[in-house]
Amino acid sequence: MTSDTWVPGKRSDTATSGIASDPQFTYVLRIADDRLVLGHRLSEWCAHAPILEEDIALGNFALDLVGQASAFLKHAGAIEGKGRSEDTLAYFRDAVEFRNCLLVELPRGDFAMTLVRQFLFDAFDILLLEGLAASSDKTLGGIAAKAEKEARYHLRHSAEWVRMLGDGTSESHERAQRALNDLWMYTPELFVADDVERAVVERGIGPDPAELRDRWLVTVQRVVSEATLTLPPDEHAASGGRIGRHTEHLGRMLSDMQSLARAHPGATW
Amino acid sequence: MAEFEARLDRGETIEPKDWMPEKYRKQLIRMMSQHAHSEIVGMLPEGNWITRAPSLRRKITLLAKVQDEAGHGLYIYCGTETLGIGREELVDQLLTGKAKYSSIFNYPTLTWADIGVIGWFVDGAAIVNQTMLAKTSYGPYARAMIRICKEENFHKRQGYEICSVLAAGTQAQRDMVQDAVNRWWWPSLMMFGPSDKESPNSAELIRWRVKRESNDTLRQRFVDLTVPQAKAINVSLPDPDLKYNAETEHWDFGAIDWDEFYQVIKGNGPCNRERLAARRSAHDDGALVRDAAAAYARKRSAASAA
Amino acid sequence: MTPNEGAGARSDTQWPLWEVFTQEGEGAPHEHAGSVHAVDAEHALQNARDVYARRGKVVSIWVVPSEQIIASAPGDAGPLFDPGNDKPYRHPQFYKVPRGVRVE
Repeated sequence: MTSDTWVPGKRSDTATSGIASDPQFTYVLRIADDRLVLGHRLSEWCAHAPILEEDIALGNFALDLVGQASAFLKHAGAIEGKGRSEDTLAYFRDAVEFRNCLLVELPRGDFAMTLVRQFLFDAFDILLLEGLAASSDKTLGGIAAKAEKEARYHLRHSAEWVRMLGDGTSESHERAQRALNDLWMYTPELFVADDVERAVVERGIGPDPAELRDRWLVTVQRVVSEATLTLPPDEHAASGGRIGRHTEHLGRMLSDMQSLARAHPGATW
Repeated sequence: MAEFEARLDRGETIEPKDWMPEKYRKQLIRMMSQHAHSEIVGMLPEGNWITRAPSLRRKITLLAKVQDEAGHGLYIYCGTETLGIGREELVDQLLTGKAKYSSIFNYPTLTWADIGVIGWFVDGAAIVNQTMLAKTSYGPYARAMIRICKEENFHKRQGYEICSVLAAGTQAQRDMVQDAVNRWWWPSLMMFGPSDKESPNSAELIRWRVKRESNDTLRQRFVDLTVPQAKAINVSLPDPDLKYNAETEHWDFGAIDWDEFYQVIKGNGPCNRERLAARRSAHDDGALVRDAAAAYARKRSAASAA
Repeated sequence: MTPNEGAGARSDTQWPLWEVFTQEGEGAPHEHAGSVHAVDAEHALQNARDVYARRGKVVSIWVVPSEQIIASAPGDAGPLFDPGNDKPYRHPQFYKVPRGVRVE
């Protein structure tokens, strides 16, 4: 536009890009981005874990999550229909175009932070993936069914660590509690339903996230109590990831993750 | 001792409970633990590129490879433990600098192409060595080698594939892979160790069938395998003296700078300090986690005993 | 043998040792795959799965604390087993040595 044709924008423009696009595309992207970002965070532990067996375990989970991300991204690209491959979506979107929840993009922190975050996500993930098994989108359902087997295993592992850290030494207990306190405000975002989810539920593509919360809380309360930890109070809820309003952490993470691919656009690897 | 050596001559395998000379046991502990340490330290140069892998497929396969390496380290540590030493002591030897690990992992991975070249050269060299060790006289070591060789072949092929894609790519990618090859070739040849006449342990290791072939034989085998692979993807090797010898049917190659090798194993390689520092901090930071798990288990077993 | 104050008397920073047996395919016998370090049975099973069952052919895993395995003495001892020689291999955690005593 020029100064002659200048018009004010709309209130809805304050939301970031992509909201107007196909809700099914956005929905699958949200699922994919959660895994891509979380898998990447886990992969940062490679060669730095507390003991060899755990290095292997975390590596396994990173692998599972990035593998799932790849499958979901490929499907998202197919839904979008603009020829964007899983790599194009992973490496050539800016932070504002990512649709992961904030919980997964936070830095890995110490081991307690990583495992408590993992547990909170895993407990949600098995419910989500279970809900997707009956999706009217058969491809989505298929990817979710395979991922669910992996998610059950992840939950077993992360729940066990929450118990071991919570009911281990006083130092590990303190760190686990601190992690839980710091992460709690990021959990409500997992269960928020906006227009995208409403459309998806209507079309039978996926479960209503708000309905997952009660069952999630039962699992979380049980494990937290077994771990002799205390559930933090529900206070402020942080959100925005689902519409591209991320923390500063994501941009920095992507600048590492995407740097090589972006340095050689169009190259094959 | 005579019976022990007779068993070896008959090609028998020595198992953990069998009688063995103290020196055999010590040599095996040294060799196996060095091997295990190498797998673990080796995760660092490759792990350096996981977060920047340029495609999801490469990210996944690199993660899987590094995980395999951790697993290999674990199998070999477990095999070493059958000789009467705990993993805690082995880890301590590595972190205090008392134990050695393969010199090659003291070099930095400067570009993505290094990841491909490591798979091609370093895993390639390891396969030559491990294929030989699959017939080693000590049972647990031989069995670990057989398990490892299966996985290692996959790593080498992946590395070579990365290099061949780069070599057929953009000018920047071709330059990247040639540069990586130029930096990793000679250190890879050094992986096999000095000529056996320089190597103090070799004679004994061969007599006791721990090693089955000489360092020089293995190095030559590696060169012979690798030169045609380089030609196939149009990548040159930084040795003007590389020439096929029709008489011996081997590739002749130039002199190795053993000064560099000795400097690196002495601790003066480009990354020695960083590698150990990284392992030490993982270990130190991890203490509270290991202690937590142990405390938890103690409480549980006390509770169930009550 | 290395000096050892007895399992649990000082913190074993690498956790106790477990032997792992895996079954590859229905009807196959469980075979010794190797060992893992873990703090308890559940943990050992998980670690065993991560280390020995990654390639996906394994359908069942057994884990046993290494010190629970009773082994026969090497072959040519015939039917007479030495009861003092009944561990599968020499490992520091199997040998309790009084504090301060060097065994070497």
